[in-house]
Amino acid sequence: MSKLQNFSGFTLKREHIPFALLIALIIFLLVVPQFFGDYILYMIMRILMLCLLALSVNLLLGYTGLLSFGQGMFYAIGAYACAKILMGMESPSLFAGLFGALAIVAVASLILGFLSIRHTAIYFAMITLCFGMMLYALLEKWEGFTGGDDGLMGIPRAPLEIPHLFSINMAPLGNYYYFVLILSLIAIFVFYRLVHSPLGLSFQGLRDSEQRVSFTGISVMKTRLLCFVIAGLYAGLAGVLFTPMEQTLTPVVSHWSTSTEPIIAVLIGGMTFSGPLVGSVIYFIVKDVIFRYTIYWMLPLGIIIVILVMTLRGGLMGTLQRGVLPWIRSRLSGKEEQ
Amino acid sequence: MSEILRAEGLTKYFGDFLAIDGVSLSFESGVLTSIIGPNGAGKTTLINLFTGSLRPSKGKAYFKGKDITRLPTDKRIKEGISRSFQIMTIFPKLTVKQNVQLPALALFGENRGFWAKADDHSSVAEWVEEVLKQVVLWEERDVLAGELSHGDMRLLEMGIALASKPELCFLDEPSSGMNPGERTKVLELIKTLASKGETTFIIIEHDMDVVFSLSDRLIVMNKGAILADGEVGQVRENKEVREIYLGEEV
Repeated sequence: MSKLQNFSGFTLKREHIPFALLIALIIFLLVVPQFFGDYILYMIMRILMLCLLALSVNLLLGYTGLLSFGQGMFYAIGAYACAKILMGMESPSLFAGLFGALAIVAVASLILGFLSIRHTAIYFAMITLCFGMMLYALLEKWEGFTGGDDGLMGIPRAPLEIPHLFSINMAPLGNYYYFVLILSLIAIFVFYRLVHSPLGLSFQGLRDSEQRVSFTGISVMKTRLLCFVIAGLYAGLAGVLFTPMEQTLTPVVSHWSTSTEPIIAVLIGGMTFSGPLVGSVIYFIVKDVIFRYTIYWMLPLGIIIVILVMTLRGGLMGTLQRGVLPWIRSRLSGKEEQ
Repeated sequence: MSEILRAEGLTKYFGDFLAIDGVSLSFESGVLTSIIGPNGAGKTTLINLFTGSLRPSKGKAYFKGKDITRLPTDKRIKEGISRSFQIMTIFPKLTVKQNVQLPALALFGENRGFWAKADDHSSVAEWVEEVLKQVVLWEERDVLAGELSHGDMRLLEMGIALASKPELCFLDEPSSGMNPGERTKVLELIKTLASKGETTFIIIEHDMDVVFSLSDRLIVMNKGAILADGEVGQVRENKEVREIYLGEEV
Protein backbone atom coordinates (compact mmCIF):
# COMPACT_ATOMS: atom_id res chain seq x y z
CA MET A 1 0.00 0.00 0.00
CA SER A 2 2.76 2.40 0.82
CA LYS A 3 5.20 1.20 -1.80
CA LEU A 4 5.09 3.58 -4.69
CA GLN A 5 8.31 2.96 -6.53
CA ASN A 6 11.02 0.38 -6.44
CA PHE A 7 14.61 1.37 -6.87
CA SER A 8 17.32 -1.19 -6.67
CA GLY A 9 17.62 -2.03 -3.01
CA PHE A 10 15.68 1.03 -1.84
CA THR A 11 11.95 1.24 -1.46
CA LEU A 12 10.43 4.69 -1.51
CA LYS A 13 7.74 4.58 1.11
CA ARG A 14 4.94 7.06 1.54
CA GLU A 15 6.47 8.35 4.77
CA HIS A 16 9.53 9.40 2.78
CA ILE A 17 7.64 11.67 0.39
CA PRO A 18 7.53 14.84 2.55
CA PHE A 19 11.19 14.35 3.39
CA ALA A 20 12.12 13.90 -0.28
CA LEU A 21 10.13 16.99 -1.24
CA LEU A 22 11.91 18.96 1.47
CA ILE A 23 15.36 17.90 0.22
CA ALA A 24 14.33 18.81 -3.32
CA LEU A 25 13.16 22.23 -2.16
CA ILE A 26 16.39 22.90 -0.28
CA ILE A 27 18.50 21.84 -3.28
CA PHE A 28 16.40 24.12 -5.49
CA LEU A 29 16.91 27.04 -3.11
CA LEU A 30 20.66 26.36 -3.06
CA VAL A 31 21.05 26.41 -6.84
CA VAL A 32 18.71 29.36 -7.51
CA PRO A 33 21.58 31.93 -7.79
CA GLN A 34 23.07 29.90 -10.66
CA PHE A 35 19.96 30.30 -12.80
CA PHE A 36 18.10 33.43 -11.74
CA GLY A 37 18.85 37.10 -11.39
CA ASP A 38 18.91 39.38 -8.38
CA TYR A 39 15.19 40.09 -8.51
CA ILE A 40 14.25 36.45 -7.82
CA LEU A 41 16.90 36.25 -5.08
CA TYR A 42 15.47 39.37 -3.52
CA MET A 43 11.95 37.90 -3.65
CA ILE A 44 13.03 34.63 -2.04
CA MET A 45 14.84 36.51 0.73
CA ARG A 46 11.74 38.61 1.38
CA ILE A 47 9.66 35.42 1.56
CA LEU A 48 12.15 33.83 3.98
CA MET A 49 11.94 36.91 6.23
CA LEU A 50 8.16 36.77 6.14
CA CYS A 51 8.44 33.07 7.02
CA LEU A 52 10.49 33.90 10.12
CA LEU A 53 7.98 36.58 11.12
CA ALA A 54 5.10 34.18 10.55
CA LEU A 55 6.81 31.51 12.68
CA SER A 56 7.17 34.15 15.38
CA VAL A 57 3.45 35.00 15.19
CA ASN A 58 2.46 31.35 15.11
CA LEU A 59 4.58 30.41 18.13
CA LEU A 60 2.46 32.87 20.09
CA LEU A 61 -0.86 32.34 18.30
CA GLY A 62 -0.98 28.71 17.19
CA TYR A 63 1.10 27.14 19.95
CA THR A 64 0.48 29.35 22.97
CA GLY A 65 -2.86 30.99 22.12
CA LEU A 66 -1.73 34.62 22.21
CA LEU A 67 -2.44 36.98 19.30
CA SER A 68 0.32 39.57 19.03
CA PHE A 69 -0.02 42.66 16.87
CA GLY A 70 3.46 43.72 17.91
CA GLN A 71 5.85 41.33 16.17
CA GLY A 72 6.67 44.12 13.71
CA MET A 73 8.14 45.91 16.72
CA PHE A 74 10.84 43.27 17.25
CA TYR A 75 11.40 43.14 13.50
CA ALA A 76 12.06 46.89 13.62
CA ILE A 77 14.24 46.68 16.74
CA GLY A 78 16.35 44.00 15.05
CA ALA A 79 16.56 45.99 11.84
CA TYR A 80 17.49 49.32 13.45
CA ALA A 81 19.90 47.75 15.95
CA CYS A 82 21.70 45.96 13.13
CA ALA A 83 21.81 49.16 11.08
CA LYS A 84 23.23 51.25 13.94
CA ILE A 85 25.85 48.63 14.78
CA LEU A 86 27.00 48.28 11.15
CA MET A 87 27.05 52.05 10.60
CA GLY A 88 28.85 52.70 13.87
CA MET A 89 31.72 50.28 13.26
CA GLU A 90 34.92 51.38 11.61
CA SER A 91 35.24 48.14 9.69
CA PRO A 92 31.75 46.68 9.89
CA SER A 93 31.31 42.97 10.51
CA LEU A 94 28.14 41.07 9.68
CA PHE A 95 28.57 38.76 12.67
CA ALA A 96 28.75 41.75 15.01
CA GLY A 97 25.58 43.17 13.45
CA LEU A 98 23.81 39.84 13.72
CA PHE A 99 24.68 38.87 17.27
CA GLY A 100 24.68 42.42 18.65
CA ALA A 101 21.23 43.12 17.27
CA LEU A 102 19.85 39.77 18.47
CA ALA A 103 21.14 40.51 21.96
CA ILE A 104 19.35 43.86 21.91
CA VAL A 105 16.16 42.17 20.68
CA ALA A 106 16.41 39.62 23.48
CA VAL A 107 16.70 42.33 26.13
CA ALA A 108 13.86 44.36 24.57
CA SER A 109 11.54 41.34 24.34
CA LEU A 110 12.34 40.40 27.92
CA ILE A 111 11.36 43.87 29.15
CA LEU A 112 8.30 44.28 26.92
CA GLY A 113 7.32 40.67 27.56
CA PHE A 114 7.43 41.25 31.29
CA LEU A 115 4.94 44.08 30.78
CA SER A 116 2.71 42.25 28.28
CA ILE A 117 2.37 38.65 29.41
CA ARG A 118 0.25 39.45 32.44
CA HIS A 119 -2.52 39.97 29.91
CA THR A 120 -4.13 37.50 27.54
CA ALA A 121 -6.66 37.51 24.69
CA ILE A 122 -7.72 40.92 23.41
CA TYR A 123 -5.78 42.78 26.11
CA PHE A 124 -2.56 41.13 25.02
CA ALA A 125 -3.31 41.96 21.38
CA MET A 126 -3.96 45.61 22.24
CA ILE A 127 -0.96 46.08 24.48
CA THR A 128 1.40 44.62 21.87
CA LEU A 129 -0.21 46.86 19.23
CA CYS A 130 0.35 49.88 21.51
CA PHE A 131 4.02 49.07 22.14
CA GLY A 132 4.55 48.61 18.41
CA MET A 133 3.02 51.95 17.52
CA MET A 134 4.94 53.67 20.33
CA LEU A 135 8.14 52.41 18.74
CA TYR A 136 6.90 53.62 15.35
CA ALA A 137 6.37 57.13 16.77
CA LEU A 138 9.79 57.02 18.43
CA LEU A 139 11.56 56.02 15.22
CA GLU A 140 9.81 58.80 13.33
CA LYS A 141 10.45 61.57 15.86
CA TRP A 142 13.95 60.78 17.11
CA GLU A 143 15.64 62.20 14.04
CA GLY A 144 19.14 62.48 15.48
CA PHE A 145 19.38 58.74 16.10
CA THR A 146 17.03 57.09 13.64
CA GLY A 147 17.02 59.60 10.80
CA GLY A 148 13.34 60.26 11.42
CA ASP A 149 10.98 59.96 8.51
CA ASP A 150 13.81 59.68 5.99
CA GLY A 151 15.28 56.77 7.89
CA LEU A 152 18.82 55.49 7.65
CA MET A 153 20.71 55.26 4.38
CA GLY A 154 23.97 53.77 3.25
CA ILE A 155 23.95 50.85 5.65
CA PRO A 156 26.94 48.71 4.67
CA ARG A 157 26.41 45.11 3.64
CA ALA A 158 29.39 44.16 5.71
CA PRO A 159 31.58 41.17 4.90
CA LEU A 160 31.06 37.97 6.84
CA GLU A 161 34.38 37.55 8.56
CA ILE A 162 36.24 36.27 11.52
CA PRO A 163 39.59 38.11 11.59
CA HIS A 164 42.59 35.95 10.61
CA LEU A 165 40.26 33.06 9.76
CA PHE A 166 38.06 33.90 6.81
CA SER A 167 36.26 36.75 5.13
CA ILE A 168 33.42 36.49 2.62
CA ASN A 169 32.46 39.51 0.56
CA MET A 170 28.75 40.13 0.90
CA ALA A 171 28.44 42.89 -1.68
CA PRO A 172 27.11 40.58 -4.42
CA LEU A 173 23.47 39.83 -3.62
CA GLY A 174 24.06 36.18 -4.51
CA ASN A 175 26.50 35.82 -1.60
CA TYR A 176 24.20 37.55 0.84
CA TYR A 177 21.41 35.27 -0.36
CA TYR A 178 23.26 32.22 0.99
CA PHE A 179 23.74 33.94 4.33
CA VAL A 180 19.98 34.59 4.60
CA LEU A 181 19.06 31.14 3.31
CA ILE A 182 21.32 29.19 5.66
CA LEU A 183 20.35 31.21 8.74
CA SER A 184 16.65 30.87 7.87
CA LEU A 185 16.91 27.11 7.36
CA ILE A 186 18.71 26.75 10.69
CA ALA A 187 16.05 28.89 12.39
CA ILE A 188 13.23 26.84 10.83
CA PHE A 189 14.90 23.58 11.90
CA VAL A 190 15.38 24.87 15.47
CA PHE A 191 11.71 25.90 15.47
CA TYR A 192 10.72 22.37 14.46
CA ARG A 193 12.71 20.89 17.33
CA LEU A 194 11.33 23.50 19.74
CA VAL A 195 7.63 22.84 19.08
CA HIS A 196 8.13 19.08 19.47
CA SER A 197 10.11 19.45 22.69
CA PRO A 198 8.87 19.47 26.30
CA LEU A 199 8.98 23.27 26.24
CA GLY A 200 6.84 23.30 23.07
CA LEU A 201 4.41 20.98 24.82
CA SER A 202 4.20 23.42 27.75
CA PHE A 203 3.37 26.20 25.28
CA GLN A 204 0.54 24.13 23.85
CA GLY A 205 -0.65 23.37 27.35
CA LEU A 206 -0.90 27.12 27.98
CA ARG A 207 -3.03 27.45 24.86
CA ASP A 208 -5.44 24.70 25.96
CA SER A 209 -5.74 25.40 29.69
CA GLU A 210 -3.61 27.90 31.49
CA GLN A 211 -5.09 26.96 34.86
CA ARG A 212 -4.18 23.32 34.43
CA VAL A 213 -0.61 24.13 33.42
CA SER A 214 0.07 25.69 36.82
CA PHE A 215 -1.38 22.51 38.37
CA THR A 216 1.13 20.38 36.51
CA GLY A 217 3.91 22.16 38.39
CA ILE A 218 4.91 24.52 35.57
CA SER A 219 5.03 28.28 36.10
CA VAL A 220 2.56 29.96 33.73
CA MET A 221 4.27 33.36 33.77
CA LYS A 222 7.81 32.10 33.24
CA THR A 223 6.74 29.81 30.41
CA ARG A 224 4.76 32.54 28.70
CA LEU A 225 7.65 34.99 29.04
CA LEU A 226 10.03 32.45 27.54
CA CYS A 227 7.66 31.99 24.62
CA PHE A 228 7.42 35.76 24.12
CA VAL A 229 11.21 36.14 24.08
CA ILE A 230 11.73 33.28 21.62
CA ALA A 231 9.01 34.70 19.35
CA GLY A 232 10.67 38.13 19.65
CA LEU A 233 14.01 36.64 18.59
CA TYR A 234 12.48 35.10 15.46
CA ALA A 235 10.89 38.42 14.46
CA GLY A 236 14.15 40.18 15.36
CA LEU A 237 16.19 37.79 13.20
CA ALA A 238 13.96 38.62 10.23
CA GLY A 239 14.64 42.32 10.81
CA VAL A 240 18.39 41.77 11.23
CA LEU A 241 18.54 39.95 7.89
CA PHE A 242 16.42 42.64 6.20
CA THR A 243 18.74 45.58 6.94
CA PRO A 244 21.93 44.67 5.03
CA MET A 245 19.81 43.45 2.12
CA GLU A 246 17.97 46.75 1.67
CA GLN A 247 20.83 48.97 2.89
CA THR A 248 18.21 51.60 3.75
CA LEU A 249 15.71 51.62 6.58
CA THR A 250 12.57 53.68 7.28
CA PRO A 251 10.17 53.65 10.26
CA VAL A 252 7.57 51.83 8.12
CA VAL A 253 9.14 48.54 9.27
CA SER A 254 7.64 49.08 12.71
CA HIS A 255 4.19 50.08 11.45
CA TRP A 256 1.35 47.81 12.55
CA SER A 257 0.91 46.65 8.97
CA THR A 258 4.28 44.88 9.28
CA SER A 259 2.79 42.94 12.17
CA THR A 260 -0.38 41.98 10.32
CA GLU A 261 1.27 40.50 7.20
CA PRO A 262 2.60 37.47 9.09
CA ILE A 263 -0.77 37.10 10.86
CA ILE A 264 -2.47 36.87 7.45
CA ALA A 265 0.19 34.40 6.30
CA VAL A 266 -0.53 32.23 9.36
CA LEU A 267 -4.28 32.37 8.71
CA ILE A 268 -3.82 31.39 5.06
CA GLY A 269 -1.41 28.55 5.82
CA GLY A 270 -2.93 27.36 9.08
CA MET A 271 -1.62 27.13 12.62
CA THR A 272 0.49 24.03 12.10
CA PHE A 273 4.28 23.81 11.85
CA SER A 274 4.34 24.15 8.06
CA GLY A 275 1.27 26.40 7.77
CA PRO A 276 3.06 29.76 8.33
CA LEU A 277 5.77 28.81 5.82
CA VAL A 278 3.31 27.84 3.09
CA GLY A 279 1.11 30.83 3.93
CA SER A 280 4.04 33.23 3.64
CA VAL A 281 4.94 31.94 0.17
CA ILE A 282 1.34 32.19 -1.05
CA TYR A 283 0.78 35.61 0.47
CA PHE A 284 3.93 37.05 -1.00
CA ILE A 285 3.46 35.63 -4.49
CA VAL A 286 -0.22 36.63 -4.69
CA LYS A 287 0.62 40.11 -3.47
CA ASP A 288 3.47 40.49 -5.95
CA VAL A 289 1.44 39.25 -8.93
CA ILE A 290 -1.48 41.58 -8.19
CA PHE A 291 0.92 44.45 -7.55
CA ARG A 292 2.11 44.25 -11.15
CA TYR A 293 -1.35 44.94 -12.51
CA THR A 294 -2.85 47.55 -10.23
CA ILE A 295 -1.88 50.04 -7.60
CA TYR A 296 -5.14 49.12 -5.83
CA TRP A 297 -3.55 45.78 -4.96
CA MET A 298 -5.04 45.71 -1.47
CA LEU A 299 -8.60 45.25 -2.77
CA PRO A 300 -8.13 42.02 -4.77
CA LEU A 301 -5.68 40.75 -2.15
CA GLY A 302 -8.28 41.37 0.54
CA ILE A 303 -10.94 39.51 -1.43
CA ILE A 304 -8.64 36.53 -2.00
CA ILE A 305 -7.76 36.41 1.69
CA VAL A 306 -11.42 36.52 2.72
CA ILE A 307 -12.22 33.66 0.33
CA LEU A 308 -9.24 31.60 1.51
CA VAL A 309 -9.99 32.10 5.19
CA MET A 310 -13.70 31.34 4.77
CA THR A 311 -13.34 28.25 2.58
CA LEU A 312 -10.24 26.76 4.17
CA ARG A 313 -11.02 26.70 7.84
CA GLY A 314 -7.86 25.81 9.72
CA GLY A 315 -5.79 27.18 6.83
CA LEU A 316 -4.40 25.47 3.77
CA MET A 317 -2.18 23.01 5.65
CA GLY A 318 -4.88 22.33 8.23
CA THR A 319 -7.35 21.48 5.46
CA LEU A 320 -4.76 19.32 3.70
CA GLN A 321 -3.94 17.36 6.83
CA ARG A 322 -7.48 16.88 8.02
CA GLY A 323 -9.44 16.67 4.78
CA VAL A 324 -7.46 16.05 1.62
CA LEU A 325 -4.67 13.69 2.69
CA PRO A 326 -6.95 11.22 4.54
CA TRP A 327 -9.17 11.16 1.46
CA ILE A 328 -6.25 10.39 -0.87
CA ARG A 329 -5.01 7.73 1.53
CA SER A 330 -8.40 6.05 1.71
CA ARG A 331 -8.57 6.04 -2.12
CA LEU A 332 -5.10 4.56 -2.41
CA SER A 333 -5.67 1.81 0.12
CA GLY A 334 -9.12 1.15 -1.34
CA LYS A 335 -7.65 0.56 -4.81
CA GLU A 336 -5.05 -1.82 -3.50
CA GLU A 337 -7.63 -3.97 -1.80
CA GLN A 338 -9.55 -4.50 -5.04
CA MET B 1 0.50 8.61 61.51
CA SER B 2 1.95 11.96 60.62
CA GLU B 3 0.16 15.16 59.85
CA ILE B 4 0.25 16.09 56.17
CA LEU B 5 -1.90 19.23 55.95
CA ARG B 6 -3.08 21.76 58.51
CA ALA B 7 -5.29 24.84 58.29
CA GLU B 8 -5.24 27.48 61.01
CA GLY B 9 -8.19 29.85 60.99
CA LEU B 10 -8.47 29.96 57.22
CA THR B 11 -10.85 32.75 56.20
CA LYS B 12 -11.90 33.91 52.78
CA TYR B 13 -14.09 36.86 51.88
CA PHE B 14 -15.44 37.53 48.38
CA GLY B 15 -16.30 41.20 48.82
CA ASP B 16 -18.63 41.15 51.82
CA PHE B 17 -19.53 37.51 51.42
CA LEU B 18 -17.85 35.24 53.95
CA ALA B 19 -17.05 32.07 51.97
CA ILE B 20 -14.76 30.34 54.46
CA ASP B 21 -15.25 31.18 58.11
CA GLY B 22 -12.10 30.58 60.13
CA VAL B 23 -11.62 26.91 59.35
CA SER B 24 -9.03 25.02 61.37
CA LEU B 25 -8.40 21.45 60.31
CA SER B 26 -5.70 18.83 60.38
CA PHE B 27 -5.29 15.95 57.93
CA GLU B 28 -3.21 12.84 58.54
CA SER B 29 -1.43 11.02 55.78
CA GLY B 30 -3.06 7.79 54.71
CA VAL B 31 -6.54 8.74 55.92
CA LEU B 32 -9.03 9.03 53.06
CA THR B 33 -11.19 12.03 53.91
CA SER B 34 -14.41 13.13 52.22
CA ILE B 35 -15.78 16.64 52.43
CA ILE B 36 -19.51 16.98 51.85
CA GLY B 37 -21.96 19.84 52.18
CA PRO B 38 -24.72 21.63 50.30
CA ASN B 39 -23.97 23.79 47.25
CA GLY B 40 -22.17 26.96 48.25
CA ALA B 41 -20.89 25.47 51.51
CA GLY B 42 -17.33 26.45 50.55
CA LYS B 43 -15.89 23.02 49.73
CA THR B 44 -14.25 23.98 46.45
CA THR B 45 -13.15 27.34 47.88
CA LEU B 46 -11.36 25.46 50.66
CA ILE B 47 -9.50 23.35 48.07
CA ASN B 48 -8.65 26.50 46.14
CA LEU B 49 -7.08 27.95 49.28
CA PHE B 50 -5.06 24.79 49.89
CA THR B 51 -3.84 24.57 46.29
CA GLY B 52 -3.05 28.24 45.71
CA SER B 53 -5.80 29.19 43.24
CA LEU B 54 -7.01 31.66 45.88
CA ARG B 55 -5.21 33.51 48.63
CA PRO B 56 -6.89 33.47 52.06
CA SER B 57 -8.06 36.75 53.61
CA LYS B 58 -6.81 35.47 56.95
CA GLY B 59 -5.27 32.34 58.41
CA LYS B 60 -2.48 29.96 57.48
CA ALA B 61 -2.01 26.67 55.68
CA TYR B 62 0.82 24.21 56.36
CA PHE B 63 1.88 21.26 54.22
CA LYS B 64 4.05 18.76 56.13
CA GLY B 65 4.82 21.53 58.61
CA LYS B 66 5.87 24.04 55.95
CA ASP B 67 3.96 27.30 55.61
CA ILE B 68 2.45 27.29 52.11
CA THR B 69 -0.06 30.12 52.58
CA ARG B 70 1.58 32.40 50.00
CA LEU B 71 3.23 29.79 47.78
CA PRO B 72 2.25 29.94 44.07
CA THR B 73 0.38 26.95 42.70
CA ASP B 74 3.19 25.49 40.60
CA LYS B 75 5.50 25.46 43.64
CA ARG B 76 2.84 23.68 45.73
CA ILE B 77 2.61 21.01 43.03
CA LYS B 78 6.38 20.55 43.32
CA GLU B 79 5.99 20.20 47.09
CA GLY B 80 3.62 17.27 46.51
CA ILE B 81 0.07 18.63 46.39
CA SER B 82 -2.21 18.00 43.43
CA ARG B 83 -5.87 18.16 42.50
CA SER B 84 -8.49 17.28 39.93
CA PHE B 85 -11.20 19.71 38.92
CA GLN B 86 -14.96 19.59 39.16
CA ILE B 87 -15.30 21.42 35.83
CA MET B 88 -13.25 19.54 33.28
CA THR B 89 -9.79 21.04 33.00
CA ILE B 90 -7.82 18.94 30.55
CA PHE B 91 -5.82 19.90 27.44
CA PRO B 92 -8.40 19.14 24.72
CA LYS B 93 -6.13 19.64 21.68
CA LEU B 94 -3.30 17.50 23.04
CA THR B 95 -3.32 13.72 22.91
CA VAL B 96 -4.11 11.71 26.04
CA LYS B 97 -0.44 10.85 26.37
CA GLN B 98 0.66 14.48 26.06
CA ASN B 99 -1.85 15.47 28.73
CA VAL B 100 -0.07 13.21 31.22
CA GLN B 101 3.37 13.99 29.80
CA LEU B 102 3.21 17.63 30.89
CA PRO B 103 3.03 16.99 34.65
CA ALA B 104 5.39 14.01 34.27
CA LEU B 105 8.01 16.17 32.53
CA ALA B 106 7.66 18.78 35.27
CA LEU B 107 8.02 16.04 37.90
CA PHE B 108 11.35 14.94 36.43
CA GLY B 109 12.46 18.55 35.86
CA GLU B 110 12.56 18.10 32.08
CA ASN B 111 9.88 20.65 31.14
CA ARG B 112 12.31 23.34 29.95
CA GLY B 113 14.09 21.19 27.38
CA PHE B 114 13.75 22.69 23.93
CA TRP B 115 15.81 20.37 21.76
CA ALA B 116 15.06 16.71 22.48
CA LYS B 117 11.61 15.43 21.66
CA ALA B 118 9.07 15.23 24.46
CA ASP B 119 8.95 11.45 23.92
CA ASP B 120 12.69 10.97 24.28
CA HIS B 121 12.98 10.90 28.07
CA SER B 122 12.77 7.24 29.03
CA SER B 123 12.10 7.73 32.74
CA VAL B 124 9.28 10.13 31.90
CA ALA B 125 7.90 7.73 29.30
CA GLU B 126 7.85 4.85 31.80
CA TRP B 127 6.03 6.92 34.38
CA VAL B 128 3.51 8.18 31.80
CA GLU B 129 2.80 4.59 30.78
CA GLU B 130 2.30 3.57 34.40
CA VAL B 131 -0.13 6.42 35.07
CA LEU B 132 -2.11 5.84 31.87
CA LYS B 133 -2.41 2.13 32.68
CA GLN B 134 -3.62 3.01 36.17
CA VAL B 135 -6.44 5.18 34.82
CA VAL B 136 -7.14 2.61 32.05
CA LEU B 137 -6.41 5.03 29.19
CA TRP B 138 -3.25 3.43 27.79
CA GLU B 139 -5.13 2.13 24.73
CA GLU B 140 -6.42 5.65 24.01
CA ARG B 141 -3.02 7.31 24.41
CA ASP B 142 -2.92 8.76 20.88
CA VAL B 143 -6.50 10.05 20.87
CA LEU B 144 -7.03 13.81 21.23
CA ALA B 145 -8.24 14.42 24.77
CA GLY B 146 -11.13 16.57 23.53
CA GLU B 147 -12.52 13.57 21.64
CA LEU B 148 -12.76 11.24 24.65
CA SER B 149 -16.08 10.22 26.20
CA HIS B 150 -17.14 12.13 29.29
CA GLY B 151 -16.20 9.30 31.62
CA ASP B 152 -12.78 8.89 30.04
CA MET B 153 -12.18 12.65 30.32
CA ARG B 154 -12.82 12.38 34.06
CA LEU B 155 -10.34 9.52 34.26
CA LEU B 156 -7.80 11.59 32.34
CA GLU B 157 -8.46 14.47 34.73
CA MET B 158 -7.39 12.13 37.54
CA GLY B 159 -4.46 10.88 35.48
CA ILE B 160 -3.10 14.42 35.11
CA ALA B 161 -3.49 14.98 38.85
CA LEU B 162 -1.67 11.73 39.67
CA ALA B 163 1.13 12.20 37.13
CA SER B 164 2.85 14.74 39.36
CA LYS B 165 3.24 11.91 41.95
CA PRO B 166 1.45 13.81 44.70
CA GLU B 167 1.62 12.94 48.37
CA LEU B 168 -1.70 14.72 48.81
CA CYS B 169 -4.36 14.79 46.12
CA PHE B 170 -7.68 16.61 46.19
CA LEU B 171 -10.39 15.13 43.99
CA ASP B 172 -13.24 17.54 43.28
CA GLU B 173 -16.31 15.41 42.51
CA PRO B 174 -14.39 12.69 40.68
CA SER B 175 -17.54 10.80 39.66
CA SER B 176 -19.81 13.66 38.63
CA GLY B 177 -21.69 13.13 35.38
CA MET B 178 -20.59 9.50 35.13
CA ASN B 179 -22.79 6.52 34.39
CA PRO B 180 -22.94 3.77 37.05
CA GLY B 181 -20.41 1.60 35.26
CA GLU B 182 -17.87 4.39 34.98
CA ARG B 183 -18.53 5.37 38.57
CA THR B 184 -17.62 1.91 39.80
CA LYS B 185 -14.43 2.09 37.74
CA VAL B 186 -13.41 5.36 39.40
CA LEU B 187 -14.29 4.06 42.86
CA GLU B 188 -12.14 0.98 42.37
CA LEU B 189 -9.32 3.15 41.08
CA ILE B 190 -9.38 5.46 44.11
CA LYS B 191 -9.55 2.48 46.48
CA THR B 192 -6.58 0.80 44.82
CA LEU B 193 -4.48 3.95 44.83
CA ALA B 194 -5.36 4.80 48.42
CA SER B 195 -4.49 1.29 49.61
CA LYS B 196 -1.03 1.62 48.08
CA GLY B 197 -0.44 4.38 50.61
CA GLU B 198 1.67 6.63 48.37
CA THR B 199 -1.01 9.29 48.04
CA THR B 200 -3.43 10.69 50.60
CA PHE B 201 -6.77 11.58 49.06
CA ILE B 202 -9.21 14.28 50.12
CA ILE B 203 -12.42 14.02 48.13
CA ILE B 204 -15.34 16.35 47.58
CA GLU B 205 -18.33 14.31 46.55
CA HIS B 206 -22.09 14.57 46.25
CA ASP B 207 -22.77 10.89 45.73
CA MET B 208 -23.37 9.38 49.17
CA ASP B 209 -22.68 5.81 48.02
CA VAL B 210 -19.23 6.91 46.94
CA VAL B 211 -18.65 8.78 50.20
CA PHE B 212 -19.72 5.96 52.49
CA SER B 213 -17.93 3.22 50.60
CA LEU B 214 -14.61 5.06 50.39
CA SER B 215 -14.02 7.32 53.32
CA ASP B 216 -12.21 6.79 56.60
CA ARG B 217 -13.16 10.25 57.77
CA LEU B 218 -16.05 12.53 56.88
CA ILE B 219 -16.19 16.32 57.16
CA VAL B 220 -19.47 18.15 56.69
CA MET B 221 -19.32 21.81 55.72
CA ASN B 222 -22.10 24.38 55.77
CA LYS B 223 -21.93 28.13 55.18
CA GLY B 224 -18.17 28.17 55.13
CA ALA B 225 -17.68 26.40 58.46
CA ILE B 226 -17.16 22.85 59.69
CA LEU B 227 -20.46 21.38 60.85
CA ALA B 228 -19.27 17.90 61.74
CA ASP B 229 -16.01 15.99 61.56
CA GLY B 230 -15.24 12.39 62.45
CA GLU B 231 -15.50 8.76 61.43
CA VAL B 232 -18.10 8.06 58.78
CA GLY B 233 -20.55 6.13 60.98
CA GLN B 234 -20.29 8.69 63.75
CA VAL B 235 -21.02 11.67 61.49
CA ARG B 236 -23.85 9.79 59.84
CA GLU B 237 -25.67 9.63 63.19
CA ASN B 238 -25.20 13.33 63.86
CA LYS B 239 -28.62 14.89 64.20
CA GLU B 240 -27.68 18.34 62.92
CA VAL B 241 -26.05 16.86 59.83
CA ARG B 242 -29.17 14.84 59.10
CA GLU B 243 -31.38 17.87 59.28
CA ILE B 244 -29.22 20.16 57.20
CA TYR B 245 -27.73 17.89 54.64
CA LEU B 246 -28.39 14.21 54.58
CA GLY B 247 -32.16 14.26 54.94
CA GLU B 248 -34.22 12.03 57.20
CA GLU B 249 -34.10 8.88 55.12
CA VAL B 250 -30.37 8.27 55.56
